[in-house]
Amino acid sequence: MNAARMKGAWLAAFFLLCAACPAQAEDRVRQGAYLVVLGDCAACHTPPGGAAFSGGKRIPTPFGAVIAPNLTPDRETGLGGWSDDEFARALRLGRRRDGSFLYPAHPYPYFVRFTLAEASAIRAYLATLPPVHQPVRGADLPFPLDLRFLLLFWDALYATPAPPLPDPDHDALWNRGAFIVTGPGHCGACHTAKTLLGGDVAARALQGGVVAGWVAPALDGDRRTGLGDWSEAEIARFLATGSAHGQLASGPMAEVVEMSGARMSEADRTAIAHYLKSLPAPPPAPSPQPPAAAMAAGEGLYRLRCAPCHGANGKGTPGLFPRLAGSAIVQAAKPETILRVIRAGARAAATEATPTGAAMPAFAARLDDAEIAAIATYIRNSWGNAAPAVSARDVTP
Amino acid sequence: MTIRLKPVDAVIIGFGWSGALLAEALSAAGLSVLALERGKFHDTAENFPPSRAPDELRYAVRHDLVVKPAENTLTFRNRVDQTALPVRAWGSFLPASGAGGGGVHWNGQTWRFRPSDFVLKTTIIERYGKNFLAPDLTIEDWGVTYAELEPYYDRFEYLCGISGKAGNLGGKIQPGGNPFEGARSRDYPTPPLTMPYAPALFADAARECGYHPFPQPAANLSQAYTNPLGVTLGACSYCGFCERFGCGNYAKASPQTTVMPILRRRPNFSLRTECLVLAITHDGKGGKARGVTYTDESGQVFFQPAEIVLLCAYTFENIRLLLLSGIGTPYDPGSGRGVVGRNYSYQTTSSVQLGFADKRLNPFIGAGALGMVVDDWNGEHYDHGPLGFIGGAYLAALAINGRPILNHPVPPGTPRWGAGWKRAVAKSYLRTTRLLASGSSLSHRGAYCDLDPTYRDRFGRPLLRLTFDFHPNDLRMSDFVTARLAKIARMMRPDWLAVEKREAPYSIVPYQSTHNVGGAVIGGDPATSVVNPYLQSWDLDNLFIIGASAFPQNPSYNPTGTVAALALRAAEAIIHRYLRAPGPLA
Repeated sequence: MNAARMKGAWLAAFFLLCAACPAQAEDRVRQGAYLVVLGDCAACHTPPGGAAFSGGKRIPTPFGAVIAPNLTPDRETGLGGWSDDEFARALRLGRRRDGSFLYPAHPYPYFVRFTLAEASAIRAYLATLPPVHQPVRGADLPFPLDLRFLLLFWDALYATPAPPLPDPDHDALWNRGAFIVTGPGHCGACHTAKTLLGGDVAARALQGGVVAGWVAPALDGDRRTGLGDWSEAEIARFLATGSAHGQLASGPMAEVVEMSGARMSEADRTAIAHYLKSLPAPPPAPSPQPPAAAMAAGEGLYRLRCAPCHGANGKGTPGLFPRLAGSAIVQAAKPETILRVIRAGARAAATEATPTGAAMPAFAARLDDAEIAAIATYIRNSWGNAAPAVSARDVTP
Repeated sequence: MTIRLKPVDAVIIGFGWSGALLAEALSAAGLSVLALERGKFHDTAENFPPSRAPDELRYAVRHDLVVKPAENTLTFRNRVDQTALPVRAWGSFLPASGAGGGGVHWNGQTWRFRPSDFVLKTTIIERYGKNFLAPDLTIEDWGVTYAELEPYYDRFEYLCGISGKAGNLGGKIQPGGNPFEGARSRDYPTPPLTMPYAPALFADAARECGYHPFPQPAANLSQAYTNPLGVTLGACSYCGFCERFGCGNYAKASPQTTVMPILRRRPNFSLRTECLVLAITHDGKGGKARGVTYTDESGQVFFQPAEIVLLCAYTFENIRLLLLSGIGTPYDPGSGRGVVGRNYSYQTTSSVQLGFADKRLNPFIGAGALGMVVDDWNGEHYDHGPLGFIGGAYLAALAINGRPILNHPVPPGTPRWGAGWKRAVAKSYLRTTRLLASGSSLSHRGAYCDLDPTYRDRFGRPLLRLTFDFHPNDLRMSDFVTARLAKIARMMRPDWLAVEKREAPYSIVPYQSTHNVGGAVIGGDPATSVVNPYLQSWDLDNLFIIGASAFPQNPSYNPTGTVAALALRAAEAIIHRYLRAPGPLA
């Protein structure tokens, strides 16, 4: 073998690589764009009505507001000056460029599931965006939460390594679903209960949580409060359209459907559904008898105020008015969502397939706290529903 | 200082049913479309929540969805030898304002006109001879036939989910429907509403008289429905707050509940509310419209250039904008020449009120288009020769409302106030109903619109002047059909009944109907029409004038179905013909 031939082979390989370069780069950008959809990154990083991924949106947390950074390739205020390694470290491990800590409003305990190659694909996609000069202040947190180094301890407690995937005991579909749900989809960020410090309660993963005054219902097999009665096809359709099983996505989940679920592949929605349906049902919670007086008052108010849309039998209208009978949101241990929806109203997700985007009007001006509590108690305990009664004290936010 | 804006492909003046249908069709075809609406933005949950929508004082008494007379009104007189005075409080009709227009607060009565309505003049002359027509009647054929409009009627009915029962499917008469209607290509998308007691009694009585009752086609839906655009509507709750109200249940078809969710998603469509168009700019006859001048709430004036201008305001404002902008020849009743403002017509209504001692009719169960109708004395399917008039009416028992402020039915002879009146109201409320004759109105030489020489609006522009009285033909027709209505009423065996005839002169004070039509009429001859059969201006080929202003005379039915069918046909002509070869389509 002579050196010249070696050199020629190298050169040939080099040119071949280069010829393949644009196609490969395109694929990488496309892959990154899709991973950004799976991660629902736009929900936080694209300000309402603003340029894509230019940041600046305030993300409320129980501790104060965190402000989403600018992800566009602007050199000064965005990611323009970042290396791929720096980006991957921020995305997956929650470290800033200078090594200091990102607040875990950024779901890095989930995003650690991204491989380095995937992180670099995301970075490649973000680099194709038009740069936007938008300086973003990091957070609005009180002392001592503004001391980012304290997150060292938080990370030690909660950023625990997830069980490795693929799990050889399960098929590829399940493993894909597990990857999305416990990785990019970061479903547990809302659907898992939080500790006082805002970390996931690992033992109650995906058994429901409360975020910004909205109940994120359980995704486990519970027939009342979870997905026990849902088919895999219904779950996939809900992710795609925000409308299935008589239910409609509203609040933060409407955003997830519009920005993520509706844009992901049908195969991935099916994988998510398949994985979620594998989650076990917890032992049934006891359902205490609701007070008869509240039920009677609630029924009268319900017939007057609610039945014209939701029906005297709580069945609703598919795609327009959610079904209350059998609803997980209605029967959730915590009544936050139904109380806020009765008080302040809500709008359903609108997608290409389900463009209606119907809205529930606000009733706060028409109903006092005791009336709202009576209606809530009534709908939580009618038509086969069962859940703890609600008192007027629960209603005042 | 007028701000000149970036040009758009199409600008729409007025965002009611016509504007919304045109916006949907043209934006789907890829055009950049801007709609300018003088009133406020309205959306179901925010503006008409069920917790607030049934507010009779706000909407029915104070006309919250109607344009304020202080902002835009018209002057009125019965005859050319009188001086017109401005309308300072609406009465006889209620022109809408706000996104969705009259489509928000309509009753939802969704009709097709009969085949003979589109060729009325020809039909009458062929059948009864030229001399049968009074010399001052100015009725015309439309230049478009029922068969040509049928696909567009169908499309509108399926867009809305109209509840009804077909009477004529492809020429085969269907039991339970209207046997006198034109042939339909298919049945209504949803079945009829459930009939309350009073319309059921009316239908029984009409059958006893040998007539053919059928359910009123309704845009208040009998069941939930998803339209071809994917938008879902709910089922009517029979609350009785339709006419003058927005629907909080997504159960009444309106621009909001049928096309706005789609338009919201289209980046090439935008809607600017509280923007009043002052004039259309153009090159003059044979040229093009160049765009529109409008003002927003701050008083800033804008010029919006556009390739196509779609005039989709209410009848009166369509006529007025043409006159103010100097488009077309104004009609002169003296010479009979000119076209803009010619052939205004209305609706000739009458009613019979009847009460029962032993029947509870529960009038609070209602919907805008809930009821039974007979068409036996409508249109041209009975011999008018011996009767000496043209036209007819549909006769109906509609359970429209039992709302408490404006609805205090009492028997004749009841005191007008005091304890006796109160006792009578308490006794009569549940036991009284009203039957309606909705009759045709023929255009005639002395019924027209022009610019008022005296009164001006807040921008110094002349108000529109309406000159109108019922033609003797229509009064004869009304007497005839009202007698048939009373016959059905007596067959219902009430304990009392009171006939309310329609008499001249026309009064603009009591509410009758917001079916003001004509003034910019459709036709095949530029000497007698403003627009060609595609609603395209004869003078400016990129100006289309959409709405009931196109009706050369008013058949008996409510206008919305036909307004929508004409609008959809115009949209298709624009997309498939005009865009390919801009120029006159006829």
